[in-house]
Amino acid sequence: MTFWLLLAVNSVTFGGLLFLLSAGFSLIFGLMRIPNLTHGSLFMLGAYFGATLAIGYRGVSANFWIAALLGALLVAAFGGLIERLLLRRLPGEQLAQVLVTLGISFMIADLCLMGWGGDPISVATPRAFEGFSRLGALVFPTYRLVIILIAAAVAVALWLMLDRTRLGAMIRAGVDDPEMARVVGIRVSRLFTIVFALGAGLAGFAGMIGTPILSVYPGLDQDMLPLALVVVILGGTGSLLGSFIGSMIVGIIYNFGQALMPELAYFVLFLPMLLVLILRPQGLFGRHAP
Amino acid sequence: MTSRCVALGLALAALAAIPYEVPGSYYINVASQILLYAVFALGLSVLVGYAGLVSLGHAGLFGVSCYAIAYLLAAGYGHAFAITAGLTITLVATGLFAALSLRSTGIGFIMITLALGEILWGLAYRWISITNGDNGISVASRPSPFGLTLVSATGFYYATLLIFLLAVAAVLTFVRSPLGAALAGTRDQARRMNALGYHVWMIRFWACLFSGLLTAIAGMLFVYYNQFISPQTLALTSSAEVLLMVISGGASTLLGPIVGAALVVIIKNVASGYIERWNFMLGAVFVAIVILMPEGLVPGTVRLWRMGSRALWKRQKSPVAAASAGGKR
Repeated sequence: MTFWLLLAVNSVTFGGLLFLLSAGFSLIFGLMRIPNLTHGSLFMLGAYFGATLAIGYRGVSANFWIAALLGALLVAAFGGLIERLLLRRLPGEQLAQVLVTLGISFMIADLCLMGWGGDPISVATPRAFEGFSRLGALVFPTYRLVIILIAAAVAVALWLMLDRTRLGAMIRAGVDDPEMARVVGIRVSRLFTIVFALGAGLAGFAGMIGTPILSVYPGLDQDMLPLALVVVILGGTGSLLGSFIGSMIVGIIYNFGQALMPELAYFVLFLPMLLVLILRPQGLFGRHAP
Repeated sequence: MTSRCVALGLALAALAAIPYEVPGSYYINVASQILLYAVFALGLSVLVGYAGLVSLGHAGLFGVSCYAIAYLLAAGYGHAFAITAGLTITLVATGLFAALSLRSTGIGFIMITLALGEILWGLAYRWISITNGDNGISVASRPSPFGLTLVSATGFYYATLLIFLLAVAAVLTFVRSPLGAALAGTRDQARRMNALGYHVWMIRFWACLFSGLLTAIAGMLFVYYNQFISPQTLALTSSAEVLLMVISGGASTLLGPIVGAALVVIIKNVASGYIERWNFMLGAVFVAIVILMPEGLVPGTVRLWRMGSRALWKRQKSPVAAASAGGKR
C-alpha cells in the first residue's frame, strides 16, 4: 500500500516538474511556432545556476528559494537574449530555428560540462521541508508535496494570467492568429520576447526545484527534452490544459514504468504517444496539428 | 557528357587508389569512415532533400541496425544471418517510425522523429539484458565474404567503397525514377500532387523505407568498422551530426551529403586531436551555417564572398545602396 502510494506521489511530483518545463515549451511553440530545442538545456542551466548559488562559495550561500528564483531569472534573461539575438533573425524558418536551437543546446551542454564537471551535483532539500508529513493515517514525503503545490499554484497563476489579464488576452490572440493580432495593434514582437523569457524562466525554476530529487548532471538536458516533447505531442501545442494533462500522464507512466519494469521505462512512454498520434494527431487538447 | 565521364572515372580511380596514396592505416580508416558516413548521409538526404522531411531520429535507426547485428553475432549466429536479420529488423522499425512520423509533416515530423530517436536511445541505454547498457556490445570478428579478408584496413576500405558506390547508384536511380520525381513533387506541392491522384502518404512512406535501408546498411558498416556499439551512437548528437553533413553540403544534391560527410569526419578527426570540445564546435558550426549560409557551405561561401566584395566596391560609390544590400539577407 505504502509502495503504491509513494509511487503515486512521485508520479504526480514528476508530472508537476514536467508541467513547469513543458508549459513554456508549449506556449512558445503555440505562440511563435518555434520548436525550442534548448528547453532541456534551460532546465539544466537553471539547476546548475541554482545549485551553485545554494551551495555557495566559502560559506556564503543563498537560501534555496532565493537561489531558485535568481537562477530562474538568469535563465529567463538568457532565453530572452537567444530570442532577441538569434531566433528573431529567422522568422518563419522552422528548419533553421530547429538547427539553431539544437546548436545552442549542444554549446550549452558542453559549456556546462566544462564549467561544472562531469559529476552529478545535488542540493539538500530545504530544511523546513525535510522528512515526512502525516495526513491522517497516510505518510507523504513533504518536499514532494511542496513541489506538487508549487506546480499547481503556477498552473493556476498561468491560467489566470492567460484567461483574465490583458497580457493573456494578447497572447491568446497571438496564438490564434498572429497576423490579425498585429493588425489590431498588438505588439506581437514584444509578446514573443516576453513569452520566450517566461517559458525559459519556468524551465529554469523547474530545474532548480527538481535538484533535490533528480540532482543535476551532464545529460539532464537530453533526459528532459524528449519528455517535454512527448508531453506536447500528447497534450497538443499552445494549450495549458493539454500540457498539464500530458505532464501528469507522462509523469505517471514514467514513474510506474521505472518501478515495475526499469529496463523499459523509456519505451513505455512510446505507447500513449502511439495512441494519440493514431487517434488524434493534433494532441488531446490541441486545435490543429503541429 | 564526356567531360562528366572523365571526371567520374578520375574520381573512381582516386577513390580506388586511396590505400596506396595515404601514409598508414590511420588515414585509410578515416577514408572508410568518410565513406560509411556518406552512405548514412545519403540515406538521410533522401528524406531531407527530396521529400522535404527533416528527421532528427535517424541515429536511432542506425543504432537499431548496429545493435541487432551485434546482438545476433554475440548470440552465436553467423554473419550472413546477422546481417540479413539486422537489415530486416531495421526496415520494420523504419516502417513503424514512418507510420508514426508521417502523421504530420514539417515541424511535427521533426519533433516526432526526435522523440522516437530519443526513446530508442533510452532503450539502448536502459534495456540492459539486451543491450548491455553503457558497456555496449563488442563484435568479435568481421565477415569474410567470398574468402576475402576484411580484417586489414585496406580490405575493409574496399568493401566499404563497393557498398558506397552501390548506394550512390541506388540513390541516383531512385532520384531519377518516376517515384523520385513524384517524391520531389510531394515536397514542393503536396496538395497539387494529391489532386493529381498521387498517393502522397504512400510515396513518402516508400521514401522513408529507402532512407531506412541506406541507414541500416551504414549501421552495418559502422558496427563492423568499430567492432563495438554503445548507446552513445544513438544519441541526439549523432542524429544532429549526420543532419549537419546533409545540410552543410547541400541537401538536394547527390554530391552534397558526400562532401558534408567528408568535411565533418575530417574536422572531427582533426579537431579531436587538438580540442576535446567537439560538441561545442558542432553546435557553433550549426549556428554559423544557419545564420550565415543557410544554403550550404559551397554556395554560401561563394555568395558571402560576392556580397562582401560588392559591398566594398559599392561603398565608394553610394553608401545607401551598400547599406541596404548588406542589411538584406
